[in-house]
Amino acid sequence: MTNETNKTNGQTPVLTVNDLRVYYETPRGDVRAVDGINFTLNEGVILGLVGESGCGKSTAAMGILQLITPPGRIVSGEIVLDGTDVLKLTTEGLRQLRWSKLALIPQGAMNSLNPTMRISRQIEDVVREHETPQTRMNKDAMRTRILELLQWVGLPERVYNMFPHELSGGMKQRACIAMAIALNPSVIIADESTSALDVVVQRVVAQTMLKVKQQLGVSMIMIGHDMGLMAQMVDRIVVMYAGNIVEIATVNHMFKNPGHPYTQLLIDSVPSLKERKPLKITEGITHDPRNPPPGCIFQLRCPFVMDRCRAEKPLRQAIRPGQEVACHLYEAQPDGSYIDLREVSDVHDA
Amino acid sequence: MSTTPKQSKMLLEIRNATKVYTQRAFGGGTRQVVALQDFNLNIPKHPATITTIAGESGSGKSTLANLVLGFTGISRGQIIYDGLDMATATPAQNIQYRRDVQAVFQDPFGVYNPFYRIQHVFDLVIRNFKLAESKAAARDMIEESLNVVGLYGEDVLRKYPHQLSGGQRQRIMMARAYMVKPKLIVADEPVSMVDASLRAAILDVMMRLRDNGISFLYITHDLSTAYQIGDQIFILYQGTIAETGSTIDVIDKPHHPYVQLLVNSVPVPDPDIQWEGTIELPADEEMRTSQQAGCRFYPRCPHRMERCLSAAPRLYPVGKNGHVASCFLYDRYDEAVEAPQQTT
Repeated sequence: MTNETNKTNGQTPVLTVNDLRVYYETPRGDVRAVDGINFTLNEGVILGLVGESGCGKSTAAMGILQLITPPGRIVSGEIVLDGTDVLKLTTEGLRQLRWSKLALIPQGAMNSLNPTMRISRQIEDVVREHETPQTRMNKDAMRTRILELLQWVGLPERVYNMFPHELSGGMKQRACIAMAIALNPSVIIADESTSALDVVVQRVVAQTMLKVKQQLGVSMIMIGHDMGLMAQMVDRIVVMYAGNIVEIATVNHMFKNPGHPYTQLLIDSVPSLKERKPLKITEGITHDPRNPPPGCIFQLRCPFVMDRCRAEKPLRQAIRPGQEVACHLYEAQPDGSYIDLREVSDVHDA
Repeated sequence: MSTTPKQSKMLLEIRNATKVYTQRAFGGGTRQVVALQDFNLNIPKHPATITTIAGESGSGKSTLANLVLGFTGISRGQIIYDGLDMATATPAQNIQYRRDVQAVFQDPFGVYNPFYRIQHVFDLVIRNFKLAESKAAARDMIEESLNVVGLYGEDVLRKYPHQLSGGQRQRIMMARAYMVKPKLIVADEPVSMVDASLRAAILDVMMRLRDNGISFLYITHDLSTAYQIGDQIFILYQGTIAETGSTIDVIDKPHHPYVQLLVNSVPVPDPDIQWEGTIELPADEEMRTSQQAGCRFYPRCPHRMERCLSAAPRLYPVGKNGHVASCFLYDRYDEAVEAPQQTT
């Protein structure tokens, strides 16, 4: 369906997701939370995963981490991390993989710390869990390592002995980042990790995450819905709608020439601090997630819907280098370029 | 107050409002936390306006909402509604106040009883405030309220809360508040839990209700939505006003160092405009509850002076239409203003 791998400056892929499907079982049929998504994460890249609540972005991340619990289940797919198919791993293999290769900064990281344990102890747990008798650190080495991690994320030394309730939201968030980078993972998944913070604190946490990317070369998947923050932090953006990927593009394309009508709507809905504009209101009619309509997933809300959209599901195609869109509005020409049907007159047969 | 209710030009006046919470400290003893200090605000009767209270968590903005809504008692100062000090109100006046001042809260998922249909939300209000004489009148009233917030048809009334999106639920809360025909709606972070693409619909309802003569006290941490709809803005920092004035003036030309930092930190949805420089939070950021003598922003301020340690700055004029900032950098006039002026 896509030929993503050979793109983006020839970097090597660290994570490839092929046709991942995650369904939730309900009495009246399966809810297709993630319905066949494909993407590649390259080394040293921050990939933003955006979409409205319920579009499946968090479920996709949980699927990659193998943290789906019933009634949810992974129906099909392939998740290749550094050459290993994560879905074929045993429980023990998964345990070894988590934190060491694939780390998570959870949604509301501030509430995911254990309130009864000091910060130092919680970071130590992560490291000890993955030690072998050969690599076992002694107490002093461990203390030095933890202090180094805290300093790295900009936390003072005294945090070592503190409990989570003694830290502010931004400090807890950074403690979680310290934990995530403790074992030098290849990929970090950050699920809405700055959305509950004030803008100033959010900026400090965002800076810390950018430092992780630049200095440690870690790849990240950042899930969120703040398009402003995405513009500041990420390299590529994946836009999801109702369990499907509708567009993947570099951050520049995404903000300068959004391709998919849904992406255009997302970008338009960001309130500006520079000028007062009339508010753009969009109604959120969506289909029943148990029973998606044939054709395009966005047809009920799309202002440009055509007959073809109701019959045939659009495939994702690269309309220009670095931008893939799943939309019938873009028609391939014999020379390999694409035209936007809205720019050609008399196309609305709907 | 010497003024009688009928003469007051102000809908709501807040005079030197201070709220001190007493915390029981670990191992006995108590600790005083000043959540809001000497806060002043005027909301005129005409025309209706949207007044924004912005600030980070812990700045006192929700405390202010709770004081206005009467959820918590005031420590010092007055809340004067239509010329009447609410501390001296009779029970009948209190009931009228609770009718005139309605609330919309942050969480559109937690305010509904999941076992009742949406119809029940409206029925309760009509019954409690005895709004309608007959069933037909009640139906008309509900329909009018739904139309104001952009919802049509009776379908929505038969639905259960879980069948609606966050944006729809929040609009129904606005419709519920509107039905009582209030003078003022206190909206505490009404859009922060609603999806970005659906926020515009709620902001639009707020503007439409304002044009229908209902004022808003809009409490938020999001400057960009305030910039789109707000008239007057108050930016709070640790319980005190950092800067206030008309929203456009304050955000276009911020003067207080904190407000400058705040405006600069809002992520711009344009990859070509990146944040300028890096910022550090001071290590003792969390030690903020003690009442200091000087400016509360001193530990973080890039322009701090010796003077800032000894006394807290008053509000100094920095622009037109009552644009004032509490910072000694602007102490170049002889007379300092006592309270923020109205922008209207």
